[in-house]
Amino acid sequence: MENKNSKTPEEILVDKKINRRNFISFGTFFLLGGAGFTAWKWLYNSPVEPEGGITSGTRIPLRKALNQTELAFRNFFSPHHLVKTYPKSMAAKKVRQNSDIGLTDTSFKPENWKLALEKDAKTFLHLTIEDIKALPKTEIVFDFKCVEGWDQIQYWGGVSFNDLIKHYGLEEYTRHKYVGMDTPDKNYYVGLDMESATHPQTLLAYEMNGLPIPINHGAPLRLIIPVKYGIKNIKRIGTISFSNDRPRDYWAEEGYDYYAGL
Amino acid sequence: MKEIKEKHALLMRWTHWINFPILTIMIWSGLLIYWANDEYTLTLFGHTFFRFFPDWFYKWLKVPSHLAEGLSFHFLFMWFFTLNGIFYIGYTLITGDWKEMVPQRKSFKEAFLVVLHDLHIIKIAPPQNKYNAAQRIAYTSIIVMGAGSVLTGLAIYKPVQFSWLVWIFGGYHFARIIHFVLTLGYVLFFIIHIVQVMLAGWNNFRSVVSGFEVVYIDPKPEKEVLDNNEKAPMPELSSSMVSREKEGASPKQIKETRISEIDPSENLEYDHKISGKEALDTLDFKDEKVEESDHSGNNKEKNDANPLKLDGENLPRA
Repeated sequence: MENKNSKTPEEILVDKKINRRNFISFGTFFLLGGAGFTAWKWLYNSPVEPEGGITSGTRIPLRKALNQTELAFRNFFSPHHLVKTYPKSMAAKKVRQNSDIGLTDTSFKPENWKLALEKDAKTFLHLTIEDIKALPKTEIVFDFKCVEGWDQIQYWGGVSFNDLIKHYGLEEYTRHKYVGMDTPDKNYYVGLDMESATHPQTLLAYEMNGLPIPINHGAPLRLIIPVKYGIKNIKRIGTISFSNDRPRDYWAEEGYDYYAGL
Repeated sequence: MKEIKEKHALLMRWTHWINFPILTIMIWSGLLIYWANDEYTLTLFGHTFFRFFPDWFYKWLKVPSHLAEGLSFHFLFMWFFTLNGIFYIGYTLITGDWKEMVPQRKSFKEAFLVVLHDLHIIKIAPPQNKYNAAQRIAYTSIIVMGAGSVLTGLAIYKPVQFSWLVWIFGGYHFARIIHFVLTLGYVLFFIIHIVQVMLAGWNNFRSVVSGFEVVYIDPKPEKEVLDNNEKAPMPELSSSMVSREKEGASPKQIKETRISEIDPSENLEYDHKISGKEALDTLDFKDEKVEESDHSGNNKEKNDANPLKLDGENLPRA
């Protein structure tokens, strides 16, 4: 073992090198660590979007990131990407119902209901449930997915959105960018990009498990849109609107991503 | 004499340290998301042993009712996590460093010995280059896991647009389970990693910040080894019988020093020279092997058959 007091010049040099490199690397380490921590604190404490906007409820930088991320992933969307379908035997008998927002109006009577189609807040078409049932019927058994993370195979029946458009010659309206749907009491509302709304599997559903939809599942007509999370599958549709600006969306106002596409 | 031995490249260190906070954020935000449907349990034969996670756990971390927040953070930091992983893996592949990291055929047997050594059950650890066998398995597994999280994440994020990916993982439901289990894996890895880092000491920890370790090499016998390097069947091994004296280590501690392969030639870097079979052979303490390879300046005395005799007085020197 060498006597520490009598180091050779080489040893002193190596020591110096070690110390210098230690200093530089650890100095950088702590500096960048501090910078990273500061950046995190800035993000964590950044202001939440104010209410009143189409989107709100999450921090502004995060909303920007959500929007950009969705623009990136929209490139992978295709109407040819279909959700997997299952035999009716696999459909759940007890269909899960998560919320009743928009369904609390006890004076609502399905028999008196009419669907209103709107543009620029003006109704241009009213349809009864009989009108809708007269259209070609489409059924789907697919794996419904909630943003919460649960999924359930469900069996729905109704008219495909595209068939309704086609029958009433509403193609000009589908040249807009967005479709909005509201409940009659205006308490729940969703905004859909036109691509997703006109996806072949998007359904205006009036049957669940082969029977008319019960009140708690959105009688008489609800949206089943398999390419979106459950939050977009509005129950008890009152109005359908067309616009080039993003319509109001309930959960987008609560901090969730607007696009919410699968 | 002290020497600087390069161990971890700059990019390896960058990606390592960047990953730490990013993975932490991913796990935290992932927990906020998981809470919204926290259905996983450890259930055997109908009995639930553990629920992921108990209420107190959620309350302690202020998790409940932050799904939107969790999603927001998760979908931002996922980009950085993925990019960082790509840089790390890409670099490892391009530089050939992967050879130091990927488990070898002998690694699974050796890893068991490494664990025994770590637990102080056996005195000698198998020879290693940059990483021991257990590390090879761990550090390669963590890469596979990272890729698994990215892919299962993508599958449960866009199951319609990437339905083929969902299929590979056995369906949406199961992909989510895999995603969750991998996360538990990271937490487990982290705990063991921290313990190991603490046990390995300052010199090792420093190397993942500064890039180098300090090693002690006796300069005099170096020349002899270099002369005989070409002739020696296992030159690396004899040169590896260098006392890796930990700073301030007592002779007793040196006994348990891992026989690391330290190449005392020009540039001290971990390279992929040691061959497995040869390395293991030396552990058999066969007389013939010792004499063949004994190019160490071992005072010319034949210390029995044991090349690995490491006691205070008779430290093998290269």
